[in-house]
Amino acid sequence: MKIKLPVLTGEHFMNGDFACAEGAIAAGCRFFAGYPITPATEISEALSRRMPQVGGIFIQMEDELASMNAILGASCAGVKSMTATSGPGFSLMMENFGLGIMMEIPCVLVNIQRGGPSTGLPTMVGQQDMMQARWGSHGDYEVIALTPSSPQEMFDYTIKAFNLSEKYRLPVLIMSDEIVGHMTEKVVIPKKGDIHIVNRKKPKRGPDKYLMYRPEKDLVPCMANAGEGYKVIATGLTHDEKGYPDMSAEAEEKLITRLCDKIRKNKDDIIEFEVSELDDAEIIVAAYGSPARSALRAIRLARKEGIKAGLIRIITVWPFPEEKILELATKARAIIVPEINKGQIVREVERCSKSRCEIISLPKLARIHTPYEILNVIKEVNNT
Amino acid sequence: MSRNDIHPMDKLIRADRMPHIWCSGCGLGTNFSCFLSALDQSGLDTDKCVIVSGIGCTGRIPGYTNIDSYHTTHGRAIPFATGLKLANPELTVTVFSGDGDLFAIGGNHFIHAARRNVDINIICVNNFNYGMTGGQYGPTTPLDAITTTSPYGNYEHPFNLVHVAAGSGAVFVARWTSLHVRRLTKSIKEALLKKGFTFIEIISPCPTSYGRRNKLGDGLEEMKYYQKNSVISHGIDPKDTDLDLNGKIVVGKFIDIDKPTFLDKQPDLLSMAEKNKK
Ligand SMILES: Cc1ncc(C[n+]2csc(CCOP(=O)(O)OP(=O)(O)O)c2C)c(N)n1
Ligand code: SF4
Ligand SMILES: [Mg+2]
Repeated sequence: MKIKLPVLTGEHFMNGDFACAEGAIAAGCRFFAGYPITPATEISEALSRRMPQVGGIFIQMEDELASMNAILGASCAGVKSMTATSGPGFSLMMENFGLGIMMEIPCVLVNIQRGGPSTGLPTMVGQQDMMQARWGSHGDYEVIALTPSSPQEMFDYTIKAFNLSEKYRLPVLIMSDEIVGHMTEKVVIPKKGDIHIVNRKKPKRGPDKYLMYRPEKDLVPCMANAGEGYKVIATGLTHDEKGYPDMSAEAEEKLITRLCDKIRKNKDDIIEFEVSELDDAEIIVAAYGSPARSALRAIRLARKEGIKAGLIRIITVWPFPEEKILELATKARAIIVPEINKGQIVREVERCSKSRCEIISLPKLARIHTPYEILNVIKEVNNT
Repeated sequence: MSRNDIHPMDKLIRADRMPHIWCSGCGLGTNFSCFLSALDQSGLDTDKCVIVSGIGCTGRIPGYTNIDSYHTTHGRAIPFATGLKLANPELTVTVFSGDGDLFAIGGNHFIHAARRNVDINIICVNNFNYGMTGGQYGPTTPLDAITTTSPYGNYEHPFNLVHVAAGSGAVFVARWTSLHVRRLTKSIKEALLKKGFTFIEIISPCPTSYGRRNKLGDGLEEMKYYQKNSVISHGIDPKDTDLDLNGKIVVGKFIDIDKPTFLDKQPDLLSMAEKNKK
């Protein structure tokens, strides 16, 4: 039997879903729980082969509620864990995504988005869960959501998602889409030693002095795993630093403010975007996921015609790069936002731009925008 | 604190969390101490023992237990426990939760974990209603029983939990009432040491809601009533142990078999590859 190594160093030709699976293994993920759903099934299939090869566990759960809980449990036992799904399963995961936020459990949840609502368009692309990613579980909280645009990025940002989840102790979302998941391209996997890996902070005090939820300077508490003698106490109820339930307004203020602040105050460390031709740009396209690929081509075509167009490709949609968008809005004539939905992230762009420039939504359903569709809008703005 | 105030199981209790939230006369205190005694007697390294629950009055037990404890969401304790156990097979993982939590909202997880034979232990406190939310009918409420949402008598047929467990593949199935302290403790100890998916049902009084509305008296009376009404019948076919409003309560150990667990069946590719190299 041929057993492949944990890190498949070299050049590959693989689709985004497989690249995500390899990224997880390379990041040290050794537990995957999922339930089959198009267009994320290939991640499950890949990991059912790969997990036993690296001494990890693959389990196909009875549904996505169970999948989400299983990865939370596994992470509490100290093993990096992941699940992958699409719209209908994402809805089922939302309840316990919230449990992960409240108990501060590192793990990764991948959504290969398809068309919705409900069963929708299982085999066609969507970006309709972007606001659900932000607000889909009840209560107040902050999230981290990454939007890769290529199979290479599915590999790279799956590793980054694990690193962020371990650093900030929360479930991190990969909000990919069917096009990126199913697209096959070159993926370069670096040498094991060249991959940057972050692991959760371990308690610095012995079990007698350790407090489950006492934050350090970065607002993130150290994490004891089950079986290490720390007598962990974790609950989805509002709790104090010991982890004990505390049913008071003060406890809610303190805990929820910290859970939000640990992301808000560290946003410069978390937020990532990529800019192209922005220096003198008057017309800017803001895009993420697969439409960012068409957008890049569109601004290049526009440049050829002498139009000062540029692109900001948003990689961490959550937390949203608020300050960068305001800065761009202050300089630009217009920001165009192509999305495979009826206009979701454009609302954030509007909010952050504070009416400093025109914001143009470019909604489209079930298909990716062609570069020319975006180019035409750039030209229209240029001609007015 | 004088010597007499120290509970014999103090080392296993988070004493600083007392007083607990349970009503006086509730069976949960007794069930809890049976678990603690069983854990103590099991000889297991308690640093490697984990307790998990969903939501409900019963679901508060982990928070009072001085071992690694996780109080998850309503119905989801079993998949959470599954993740813990599979990620670290050294752990002994016990789920302690209510009838509604494990068999209504969490019912699907129960049957599938049993089917997979995940090596975890389930203890279900069956008080015949949703205690925490004020006593509504649930999946184990007997026909015709009065609850806050069955004011004219329950018109739904209940589950027989031990039959469900056995039918789903549990390797160890027992039922006791809260007053069967010694036998219950022994069963829990056996379950803790047994490999595979085990299930113990505890018939337990909820005097505040179920007991009061069905005229079963105070907590002690309700507890005694259950015990008096019980017949011990080890090894009986679980299908012959249905419960009804005023009928007999068949208790005992019904199933104790062995079969490979989920982890036993994992392909050991790493050592296979090692062998191939030689
Ligand atoms: C998703 C969800 N739905 C409803 C509730 C409200 N709720 C809390 S406890 C409970 C019932 C608990 O009943 P049971 O499991 O029998 O435990 P008991 O309180 O009787 O021990 C319900 C419905 C909840 N917490 N979460
Ligand atoms: S409501 Fe019932 S189950 Fe809950 S603590 Fe009170 S008596 Fe016990
Ligand atoms: Mg109950």
